[in-house]
Amino acid sequence: MKSGSNLEKVLAAGHFAVTAECGPPRGANPNKVLEKAEHVKGNVDACNVTDNQTSVVRMSSLAGCILVKESGTEPLLQMVVRDRNRIAIQSDLLGASALGVRNLLCLSGDHQKFGDDPQAKNVFDIDSIQLIYLAKMMRDEGIFPSGDKLEGAPKFYIGCAVNPFADPYEIRVARLKLKVDAGADFVQTQCIYNMDIFKQYMEDAKKQGLHERVKILAGVTPLKSAGMAKFMNRMVAGIDIPEDVIKRIADEPKEKQAAKGIEMCIEQIQEVKEMEGIAGAHVMAIEWEEKLNEIIGGAGLLPRPAVEQ
Amino acid sequence: MITGTPKPIEEIIEMLEPYDNIIVAGCFGCVTVCRVGGDKEVQILSSTVRLAREAAGKKIKIKEVCLERQCDPEYVELMRPYVEDYQAVLSIACGAGIQFMAEKFSVTPLLPGINTGFLGVTERQGEWAERCQGCGDCVLHLTGGICPVTRCAKSIFHGPCGGSVHGTCEVSKNVTCGWQLIIDRLKSLDQMENYAKLKPYKGWDKSRDGGPRRIIREDMI
Amino acid sequence: MLPCTGRIEESLLLKAFENGADGVMVIGCLEGDCHYVNGNIRARARVERVYNILDQIKIGPDRVRMYNLSAGEGAKFAAFANEFVDQVIELGPSPINVARKHEVQESPQEVET
Repeated sequence: MKSGSNLEKVLAAGHFAVTAECGPPRGANPNKVLEKAEHVKGNVDACNVTDNQTSVVRMSSLAGCILVKESGTEPLLQMVVRDRNRIAIQSDLLGASALGVRNLLCLSGDHQKFGDDPQAKNVFDIDSIQLIYLAKMMRDEGIFPSGDKLEGAPKFYIGCAVNPFADPYEIRVARLKLKVDAGADFVQTQCIYNMDIFKQYMEDAKKQGLHERVKILAGVTPLKSAGMAKFMNRMVAGIDIPEDVIKRIADEPKEKQAAKGIEMCIEQIQEVKEMEGIAGAHVMAIEWEEKLNEIIGGAGLLPRPAVEQ
Repeated sequence: MITGTPKPIEEIIEMLEPYDNIIVAGCFGCVTVCRVGGDKEVQILSSTVRLAREAAGKKIKIKEVCLERQCDPEYVELMRPYVEDYQAVLSIACGAGIQFMAEKFSVTPLLPGINTGFLGVTERQGEWAERCQGCGDCVLHLTGGICPVTRCAKSIFHGPCGGSVHGTCEVSKNVTCGWQLIIDRLKSLDQMENYAKLKPYKGWDKSRDGGPRRIIREDMI
Repeated sequence: MLPCTGRIEESLLLKAFENGADGVMVIGCLEGDCHYVNGNIRARARVERVYNILDQIKIGPDRVRMYNLSAGEGAKFAAFANEFVDQVIELGPSPINVARKHEVQESPQEVET
């Protein structure tokens, strides 16, 4: 075991893994995290805690991870390179590992212009792929990037995100390969709605044998309404929701759209579960964590397997 | 060239409040080419300041000069014989030129008349765009001649990030994705193998992060 | 002698105001009819810049204006000139001239030449 995390063990045992995410609150109230963690508990193998997503300032990801851990769910630390130089990154990795966080997701981070402080200075000292090999070097070789020996290596199951729908398509798999080469153990994808493109992406990834080198968790997000679908499609960079998917939810009367969204999400999890090379699902029920049990249970993925800790 | 934009005239008038006898100094270097700090701009700015001040009942005298370059000592020294006859110098050279004059003329306040921009190119008349951040460790031979540090909003070395859509950057529809450009160029050069390589951490110590930089050419000293 | 409005610099227009003009009209050839291809188009852009400067420094943007005429349009020239003069009369003397007059009244002995 590289990290000994629950997520790593579930995947190593060949189970179809399930992860979800909790966005920390815009304030110092720990109860907001604990409430979300209650909805997550028992439904997932690990729970991502986001790191100032869309550059909107929130409680720190590490603090959120500790709260999630205390409430009984294994946390997965998201870390963006937008706000930290390599000194802060190494230090935070050591701290996170010391506090028992065993999963790490390496991200670039949205540009600061989207958030509270568009006038902030960004860092981008290293990029997300360099963060992968930095974490791997610290874990596997027990040394800092400077070459100095660590007094205790941080133990992380190292992940990355991929967006099969971003442009240009022809390098999306090449970039996944870079991440695998850098040392990623698992991948969580951007929310998938366009299954045609995603299937093509997986075919291309499989041709290079990437599905055998990295655990791929397919990202899904339940749509709450036709309005949300249209908004995401138009406004969120890298989200591709085909017309027929929007139509399916838009054809429902307003009060039934949420239920339809959940039904479609469940179908989608079941569809990806059957695909070769997909090792799990990452269910991003954004500000809708109370539906996780219904979605994951509906997909036949409960109870979550207990692996020897 | 080094580009810049004029400071708002209100800001300049406010800066000049304490003075009634100044030099407006331009530069025949980069700022002339990008039409922000040459002799024509010296004349326009001087007239503008004089008109504004006189209309406000506070006349100001201005000596108009334009140096060959404000960043070379031999030209800056040409002002030494008369600079102390004036209360201040309003310079419309880049930040380097303004500072160099400030270093040379210790008792004369130096005021910036422009906001210095970036190292860029003229894409067409009246439109300039950034191309180089002077990071001190050029990788253009590996990236199809397009700079990831400058052209990518996140300066990443393994792009593009997930925010690249139809060749544009997530920062703005008006910003081209630098990594899309790099990939297009690598493809047309048949050098996509460069894309597939993992790049080492960048040494930002060679950029401004290493502190103010200096180049010494022993053979020229 | 200006061979073309394209030779008019912004500073020349501003100088006119410094020298006491209450208004400046720039008359170029008809657009599309420039002997130097686009001299009058350049002039228009420069007049526009001066217009904005005069606005920013509260001299009044409407004291400068560009017209386009052919050499054979004498009557139209007269009409434009009368129109512009009326406009400037309505605006009154430029703030520069107001300030100078004020100065002369306050200290008649110290007038510089």
